[in-house]
Amino acid sequence: MSTTAERAFAAPVRRRWGEALAARGGIVLVASALLVFLTLPLAMLLMRSVEDRGGAFVGLANFASYLASPAFARSATNTLAFAGLTTLFTVPLAFGFAYAIQRSCIPWKGVWRNIALIPILAPSMLAALSFIYLFGNQGWLKVALGWVGLTSVYGLPGMVLSMTFASFPHAVMIVLAGLSLSDARLYEAADALGTSEWRKFLTITLPGARYGLISAAMVVFTMAVSEFGVPKVIGGNYNVLAIDIYKQVIGQQNFQVGAVVGLLLLLPVLAAFLVDWAVRRKQQALMTARSVPYRARPARGRDGLLLAFVIVMSAAMLLVIGMAVFGSFVKVWPYNLEFTLRHYTYGFEEAGVDQAYRNSLVMATWCAFAGAALTFLGAYWLEKTRGANVLRPVIQLQAMMPMAVPGLVLGIGYILFFNHPANPLGFLYGTMTILVLSTIIHFYSSSHLTAVTALKGLDGEFEAVSASLKVPFYKTLWRVTIPVCLPSIIDISRYYFVNAMTTISAVVFLYSPKSMLASISIVQLDEAGNVGSASAMATLIVATSAVVTLLSFAAEGWLLRRTQGWRTLSR
Amino acid sequence: MTTGAEALRLEGIHKAFGSFVALQAIDLVVPEGELVCFLGPSGCGKTTLLRIIAGLETQTSGRVIQQGRDVSHAPPSARDYGIVFQSYALFPNLTVRANIAYGLVNRRKARAEIEARVAELLKLVGLPDAGPKYPSQLSGGQQQRIALARALATAPSLLLLDEPLSALDAKERERLRGEIRALQRRLRVTTVMVTHDQEEALSMSDHVVVMNHGVIDQVGTPLDVYERPATPFVADFLGKVNVLHGVCTGEGRYRVGQVELETQANGVPSGASVRLYLRPEDRVLPDAGPVESMPNALTGRVRTLDFLGTYCLASMDVDGFDGQRMLVYFSLNQVQALGVKEGARLPFALRGDRVRIFAAPGA
Repeated sequence: MSTTAERAFAAPVRRRWGEALAARGGIVLVASALLVFLTLPLAMLLMRSVEDRGGAFVGLANFASYLASPAFARSATNTLAFAGLTTLFTVPLAFGFAYAIQRSCIPWKGVWRNIALIPILAPSMLAALSFIYLFGNQGWLKVALGWVGLTSVYGLPGMVLSMTFASFPHAVMIVLAGLSLSDARLYEAADALGTSEWRKFLTITLPGARYGLISAAMVVFTMAVSEFGVPKVIGGNYNVLAIDIYKQVIGQQNFQVGAVVGLLLLLPVLAAFLVDWAVRRKQQALMTARSVPYRARPARGRDGLLLAFVIVMSAAMLLVIGMAVFGSFVKVWPYNLEFTLRHYTYGFEEAGVDQAYRNSLVMATWCAFAGAALTFLGAYWLEKTRGANVLRPVIQLQAMMPMAVPGLVLGIGYILFFNHPANPLGFLYGTMTILVLSTIIHFYSSSHLTAVTALKGLDGEFEAVSASLKVPFYKTLWRVTIPVCLPSIIDISRYYFVNAMTTISAVVFLYSPKSMLASISIVQLDEAGNVGSASAMATLIVATSAVVTLLSFAAEGWLLRRTQGWRTLSR
Repeated sequence: MTTGAEALRLEGIHKAFGSFVALQAIDLVVPEGELVCFLGPSGCGKTTLLRIIAGLETQTSGRVIQQGRDVSHAPPSARDYGIVFQSYALFPNLTVRANIAYGLVNRRKARAEIEARVAELLKLVGLPDAGPKYPSQLSGGQQQRIALARALATAPSLLLLDEPLSALDAKERERLRGEIRALQRRLRVTTVMVTHDQEEALSMSDHVVVMNHGVIDQVGTPLDVYERPATPFVADFLGKVNVLHGVCTGEGRYRVGQVELETQANGVPSGASVRLYLRPEDRVLPDAGPVESMPNALTGRVRTLDFLGTYCLASMDVDGFDGQRMLVYFSLNQVQALGVKEGARLPFALRGDRVRIFAAPGA
């Protein structure tokens, strides 16, 4: 037996039903939050699409009448053309860019990579504004339109250009990840067999990258199908489904048809989501533990070509960003290029959106902190607790749903659900809180996946060890799980902040005059013909996102050095 | 298992995952102060059984009684045990000292008391200076010792070890085997260890529980299960064994091919088709005296000879066995003295007292 001295440390064996209850309670909480703020609004959308204005059940009559209208046929083909062309442009460009970074020996790869990611920091409308400055009626490069046989940038050409810019970083990141999964052994085997470079590219590189390419195509397509800001600013009369929804719901208060269009919008996105999901599952099996990562060797001709391509792309991207920034600081583009701040001051006041930027800051900050906390705890409860097993798959499904739901659809669902007279949560309608909640839900899937990946990286037995040592789970959460996952939590925070600053699609249905946001005000300023102030607002958003991103990297670095010395230590 | 009070009793444990039955009808008593090993191939249910004891899995039916208390449905935190996992599960962001003190801090002990206890445990596992280091600065074996110290810190009445040595290299594993056993004997803490490594199980345990397909095949001392395996599986799983096809010809007599062997395995009806289980070392060689006059004398020709370090293993064609081959051990000295090489003919005798008889499958 143990000595008496040892027995003094012995565990006071107590039953801790409270703890088990907390674990199950957490799961129930997460499940019900997702139910109320995601599933019920979407269910409401479904219900309203089969009702008439009076609330009587009419079956598929709304669908029939909308589908029969010539307006629908036009919007649908336009939407597909817009999304299809954008995908055709973006994916090859992104592949070239990612290939240059991952598989060549060009210099300053980090610089190019960061430039390619800049569009993430900007609202999609910024690119549209820039292309108006560049190619619009008073455009500086308008003459270039004639070279490719176009007469105007408004409509499809401008939309595709702007959307290519906005979706480029997303495609680059996915293709980069796909290209990084390469096995050098395959190339060595090919070399041993005397294979030409071109044949290696066709038989090893492309097949290896195909899942990444399909995945990137689906993401870009989805973004374009559900994009609202770009068509609004540069689309002219080129109607797409997203604009139809907006007109039906905001313009005509026709929620039934809005719901119908929303559900129709869901179809292509859902299809793309399913393809992507199937492809990603296959990709996981591609790499084996024995694979050795490929490292490029210098090849002068290839590297030169790729460097030229990367420089042109980067310059184009900087030009697009720079154009909007420049435009926001000059009096009247392109006639009077004198420096002015009046777009930032008088322009905002005149349009009554001087509170918008502050509102956006407040909302983004809430999303960053509350969003990261809720997402991480939700993932923690899902991954690290036991019990309530029936609810777990339900939560997993709901956590992935926002990825397949366009923001506009979520937005209408929210109006229908929270604006319903019988909803006790109706007081949320029109408040900042609902903007924060809808944004968190809108960007929940990626954040959830980041948190789950971080949690899966931890030893699965921490909770079991803690239980055996009679340490309650929340202490281990606080002392071990959160500190170890802190870098991922900061990543999630930053992701929420930047997206909250730039998003428009869900919140455009939910803001009130008092909670007007910067991104929405861009559309309003542009509609009022004040392109200078619209650009000023877009510039403010980019600058804020950039500063916060840099700050978060600095904070991450500081934290890692200060509290996480254990990460870098080796024997 | 008879000695001492019982520390742990499992009654009719049954566990199913959907339609897959992981464990069935598990009855077991672990005596106070013993080290008991669950041994079996992967998928035999040994880890599931350990996790049920720990409360990390819930049995479908059956009872777990620890120190006379029914803990069948108690959550892990309401049971009294320390556990070491294969991965060690050391908290990476805490120092070794904080890891060991993890369960102590919660007990409202004075700081100095905790410090003293941590120092004592560090000394116990032979790493007195490791306190301020982080786990990533330690070798696998050192991390393993820290995990052990953390599990022992709260002086649990039961220690659970889940494949604690499998992540280590061969040398380190052998050393830690001895250390863990010595520590366990000194503290006299009841210990249940899961392993798939038979050497580990035989060298460390007081009792070995051999498991296969969710049932216990045999419980016994290491010598018991090795010398007197209760089932063909146990005989086959522990060490090497020859399986000869034979027919019973009378009390203790069995015909293999054209040869009749005398054994002490009685009680098999004449004419029954059986399997004779005999280990490669259960033979008498001519260096111990003339074998031709011994019972069960045979002659064989060496087909292949594998050098395995301290001994050699020969695969032999035995005269009169009708093509059934036998594995036979030779020490290096015997290889030299008897001129054992491929193609050589050699007389030897089988030890009839060591033969185990099992019914032929389907018989």
